Amino acid sequence: MTTASSAGAKSWMIGSLRNVAPLVTLIFLIAVFAFMSPSFATMSNFGNIMRQISITAIIASGLTFVILCAEIDLSIAAIANATGIALAFFTLQPDYVNIDNVPLWGGLAIVMALLTSFLLGVVNAIGVTRIGIPSFIMTLAMMQIGAGIGALLIRGQIAYAVPDLIKTLGSGQIMGVPWIVVIACLVLLISHLVLTYTRFGRYIYMVGGNREAAEYSGVDVKLVISAALVISAVCCGLAGMLGVAYFGSAQQNEFDDYLLDGIAAVVVGGTSLFGGRGGIPNTIIGLLVLGVLNNGLDHIDIDSFLKVLIRGLILLAALIINVYAQRLRAPD
Amino acid sequence: MIEPSDPPAAPAAGRPLLELEGIEKRFGGVLALAGVDFTLHEGEIHALVGENGAGKSTLMKIIAGVHTDYGGRMVLDGRQVRFRSARDALDRGIGMVHQELCTAPDLTVAENVFLGNQPTGRFGRIDWRRMNRESREQLARLGLDLDPRMRLGDLPIGLQQLVELARVLFSGARIVILDEPTSALSPPEIERLFAVLKRLKSEGRSFVFISHFLDDVLAIADSVTVFRNGELVETAAAASIDKTWIIERMIGRGHHELEETYTGSIRLPRAPSAPPVLQVEGLSVAGAFQDVSFSLAEGEILGIYGFMGCGQLELARTLFGKLRPDAGSIKVDGSARRFRNTADAAAAGIAFVPESRRSMLFGEQPVYRNMTIAILEKIDRLWLRPRREIEIAGRHVTDLGVRPADPLARLGALSGGNQQKVALGKWLTELPRVLVMSEPTRGMDVGAKEDVVRIVTGLREKGVAIIVVSTEPETVLSMATRVLVMRKGRMVHRFADEAIAKDDLLAAA
Repeated sequence: MTTASSAGAKSWMIGSLRNVAPLVTLIFLIAVFAFMSPSFATMSNFGNIMRQISITAIIASGLTFVILCAEIDLSIAAIANATGIALAFFTLQPDYVNIDNVPLWGGLAIVMALLTSFLLGVVNAIGVTRIGIPSFIMTLAMMQIGAGIGALLIRGQIAYAVPDLIKTLGSGQIMGVPWIVVIACLVLLISHLVLTYTRFGRYIYMVGGNREAAEYSGVDVKLVISAALVISAVCCGLAGMLGVAYFGSAQQNEFDDYLLDGIAAVVVGGTSLFGGRGGIPNTIIGLLVLGVLNNGLDHIDIDSFLKVLIRGLILLAALIINVYAQRLRAPD
Repeated sequence: MIEPSDPPAAPAAGRPLLELEGIEKRFGGVLALAGVDFTLHEGEIHALVGENGAGKSTLMKIIAGVHTDYGGRMVLDGRQVRFRSARDALDRGIGMVHQELCTAPDLTVAENVFLGNQPTGRFGRIDWRRMNRESREQLARLGLDLDPRMRLGDLPIGLQQLVELARVLFSGARIVILDEPTSALSPPEIERLFAVLKRLKSEGRSFVFISHFLDDVLAIADSVTVFRNGELVETAAAASIDKTWIIERMIGRGHHELEETYTGSIRLPRAPSAPPVLQVEGLSVAGAFQDVSFSLAEGEILGIYGFMGCGQLELARTLFGKLRPDAGSIKVDGSARRFRNTADAAAAGIAFVPESRRSMLFGEQPVYRNMTIAILEKIDRLWLRPRREIEIAGRHVTDLGVRPADPLARLGALSGGNQQKVALGKWLTELPRVLVMSEPTRGMDVGAKEDVVRIVTGLREKGVAIIVVSTEPETVLSMATRVLVMRKGRMVHRFADEAIAKDDLLAAA
């Protein structure tokens, strides 16, 4: 019994090492930026970082489901954008916004926008699980479809008005805390609870860990993957609506950066692209690494044209560390 | 023409072409070949027979340069050789046609004949005209009139095999190893293959013919060598022996070896009068098996025996909803079922343990999660209760004798036999109506095999209807109360309420 439990403890330690590596990266980045810039390690800047990563956090929560299934969703940014534009399309716009839109009551506009993201997710799910298109290709097509829907609805214009509820949640505050940060935390929390404590969450890990074995255990693998893709799309829809309020406008290509940021947040946090390993705690660390990196580089005095390159190199370094940490496994 | 009715006293007339002396090969600690001497003559078709794991495939992989790490000597044309790779062996004139064809179905016939050797013109441009012309000639020499521009995958499997043979010959092989060449062929295709082999033999080419199909072996081979447990038992001229002679040597009658418990006959019980749990009628999956019918009652264990590739693996998958039948019906407890997926089959009370542990288990997950995955729906509502799962798994781990008996251990850290027990354990909490097992004891040591037999027999006593699919006669005989034999996708024999022995199974398959 003692040998079994000590072997368990050892494999637990090695198992958590791959979760520790991203955490070490995060602490290292914070220390470096705090050392290099006095304005970085302040309470108000912490608030900035939280606000800056909120939209990414909502997108990455949904994407975590997909990546844990060993699939990918490249349409996250496009679905967020299309949903945000759809919300504006169903809201009464000022006279100078020259689009032929369909204003609805605010609550209905929100439902219509969410329905848009849901349907796009369903199309992804049908393409991947029923027709059998690899998710990489299917969601690549959806990336274009999402962009296309957005373009058709907004016609090159910029729309400003969104329903009041969304305006509050996207740009308002509650007791000094931005609503968008609260929502992001809630989405992360719910995702974590679903992944860790529900049957569906267990199936997600099992399907990602060994799809064939899940199938031979009587798990409806296609249904699980479909659900993951739809969850991802709806999270993107929520992020897209709040994002429009957060940015103060709805327009084309508004969310383009969130494709890479969303994937990077999940993967840098240590969730395996091959599925079955990782989770929301990893995604949170990945979000913080990304947020600290994006924010910190603005606080130190370097050539702004160099920043993108530095960001890329630091992300690469983080990924390399993760890959080595993930190779460490308990001895068989 | 060759006269097959010659009474050859000595095997084949040609000079010795390939001589092996004292070949020894180990996989880990297991001795796969224990000092084998083997000679292949020029212009000879030499058949190798033996049960799975007897060593014949290992020996052929050594000859074909696939296994390079072995003990002993190999002499080709009087010169000692040691191949470094399959390419190296092919360069010296030894080629192999695998059971699973190594062709590119999306390329043309000509491209396949020239695979890896395409004739090129200036700037490395492929000379299509020459390639098509030469492959047509090459195929004509095998007596085949094929359009070399056809896509290979559009040809029937027998012709694809001959195209691969043409490729191996075209690469300059004088010795060709054929691994189970007839297993996927229809009788006319077999005749055509044999005609080609005879023609090539008369040109002085030599063949090693590995097969489970003893009728085919006796029809084409000049000499036959029997392997058992990594040793060469005996070589004889094919004309001087018959099927019984071969089977006796394959299973070692008269030798009192410890593990051969089932060489004697066992008595199958009378079929119970209970109503059938599972009824299968006219079930077919194109390209795998045709017109399979049987019924199964509570407390019965149906053994399905057949050689590798006879369609039994696909049959098991069809019963669990992984493959969709093209025809026929499946009834569980009298009501017809159409499974859209494995979840449907599991909901109908069918459980499945596939032949490969890898496709059943989650190596990164703890043992308890491996055991509860199939029953989560029944033990939990919305929220998981890990403590309950661990308790359930802990009980099974103890009952099954899994070591270490720790439901929290990572599955990947367990030995193979213990993993197999976990795979079985996942269906034990909520007993299924029908349990389908494919090769339940493959690769297990004797102790673990006994554990599995004990568990399965226990399930049967609790009223589970069980199907055991296996290519190992011992596995079938150690559990079954009724036996079906499959050959090339069809049911060819049923044993019930009678005494049967291993050689009955081998002779029927």
